[in-house]
Amino acid sequence: MLEIRWHSRAGQGAVTGAKGLADVVANTGKYVQAFAFYGSAKRGAAMTAYNRVDEQPILNHEKFMRPDYVLVIDPGLTYTADITANEKENTKYIITTHLSKEELIKSQPKLEGKEVYVVDCMQISLDTIGRAIPNAPMLGALMKVSGMFDLDYFKGAMKKVLSKFPQKIIDANMAAIERAYNEVH
Amino acid sequence: MAKKYELNEVEVWDGNMAAAHALRQADIDIVAAYPITPSTPIVQNYSKFLADGYVDGEFIMVESEHSAMSGCVAASAAGVRAATATSSQGFALMVEVLYQASGMRLPIVLTVVNRALAAPLNVNGDHSDMYLGRDAGWINLCSYNPQEAYDLTLMAFRIGEDLNVRLPVMVHQDGFICSHTAQNVRPLQDEEAREFVGEFKPVNSMLDVANPVTHGVQTEEDWHFEHKARQHNDLMNSMKTINEVFAEFKDRTGREYTPVYTYKMDDADVAIFALGTTVESARIAADQMRQKGIKAGVVSLRVLRPFPFKEVQEVLSNVKAVATLDRSAPGGTFGMLFNEISAALLAGGKKPVVLNYIYGLGGRDTTINMLKEVYEDLDKCAKAGEAVVPLQQFLGLRGPKLSFY
Repeated sequence: MLEIRWHSRAGQGAVTGAKGLADVVANTGKYVQAFAFYGSAKRGAAMTAYNRVDEQPILNHEKFMRPDYVLVIDPGLTYTADITANEKENTKYIITTHLSKEELIKSQPKLEGKEVYVVDCMQISLDTIGRAIPNAPMLGALMKVSGMFDLDYFKGAMKKVLSKFPQKIIDANMAAIERAYNEVH
Repeated sequence: MAKKYELNEVEVWDGNMAAAHALRQADIDIVAAYPITPSTPIVQNYSKFLADGYVDGEFIMVESEHSAMSGCVAASAAGVRAATATSSQGFALMVEVLYQASGMRLPIVLTVVNRALAAPLNVNGDHSDMYLGRDAGWINLCSYNPQEAYDLTLMAFRIGEDLNVRLPVMVHQDGFICSHTAQNVRPLQDEEAREFVGEFKPVNSMLDVANPVTHGVQTEEDWHFEHKARQHNDLMNSMKTINEVFAEFKDRTGREYTPVYTYKMDDADVAIFALGTTVESARIAADQMRQKGIKAGVVSLRVLRPFPFKEVQEVLSNVKAVATLDRSAPGGTFGMLFNEISAALLAGGKKPVVLNYIYGLGGRDTTINMLKEVYEDLDKCAKAGEAVVPLQQFLGLRGPKLSFY
């Protein structure tokens, strides 16, 4: 079982990202789960979304998770949310930031000694999509770090998921995915 | 003619989307609805399907849930297929009309996304609304995941509309944990689903003006009792039709449903008896207990009403201890499952230890570890041959432990 936790602000697309990832993974014959904690959260409120991926049907409905990957798509949440909650020894962190990895860890010492990757999903989504919707670039970064799918396969699969959108939006998302894939480190 | 919706063999749908597609495929004539969290997306998706040409029927946006169910009653009495969706406070407001629907023998389908009842206000999942309506004379079917929410919604039409039944049917799914959790779902293609559900067969239709009838009449002591007795009789006997529809669905899809759901109960010494998504989580806990040598199983009611009394007796006939998990505030007594399961066991001459756990209220997370604690309690009781923990406990409650008896 592979488990992923997203840290986001309501409106940044974590739920859509988690569901998009679930769609792509389900097409390969695996079993998936995508969910989020809602409450009465308003746009901008800190929230979490989750993915589970397994070879077997997923029966676990607990919200509790010890994630393999933590994806932080809003830069501020690195400091205000408990992004290391319930971590494992080998939990990997992919964090949206304009800082270098060294600057980031210096600014948030609890990331010291952990496997941390950085990518500026905000800038990438502003440059490619024209809005601060950092979910698509984060998926590109996740593909690079996890090796879950190669870039071309993933882009092809995401095109299908996004097929109801205008071509311009699909192209912008593809550019965002590719740039984050190449820039995450 | 409604357009065919292109569906993949495997879709990734949350419980709301799954229920919405089942409603779309069922060729409903009238949906009258007033959306409420967490079932809003059922109504929202359905109305989008209709706007996009995938539904032939009418969608009536009403001003309250009382009116939503009243609209369904009127449509069904007029002689057409009717359905709606609701949750929590909306369900509570519908209750008066739920009794009207069953008393008038109208085969309406209600998809219920279970949510806590205020106060305090809470939008998350528990079974307070399910428990509030369980004695309203409806058939109650329970799902544990989006696939089952889809399957049971399709089957609900077949069951309720059967000429031997003619009763309304609720299909329950857990708010958020099922309704907003996307998982793999294998839908039927539109034509298969349509063929399975079949054409609506009007009975005593008000629109059949050549044969005028009255619905919802007043009966005092002269006939009321006979009406209610007949209604109860037909609800009790609907299990036959439910089993037939389950069997036909299995033939078509390979997916098996039974009035009582069991997991590893053949040799189980201890069992968790629960409803909703917790049933599947409990399977994981049971497997982990078995690795420690404790013969653990899981039981649930796929059909809450009519209550599968004999099947419950049978499946629990050899257990030493059973924990009934109620996801609803019991309001001054034991939880419903404790009372009903205890009664079935006692009537069957069995006296295993029966414990009651109140859990998950207002969406409180139910973890695998909590369920393992329940099995540990059961194991202690099974070995002692008597209850060595309090009969009623609160699982996952913060602060000092709360227990009774």
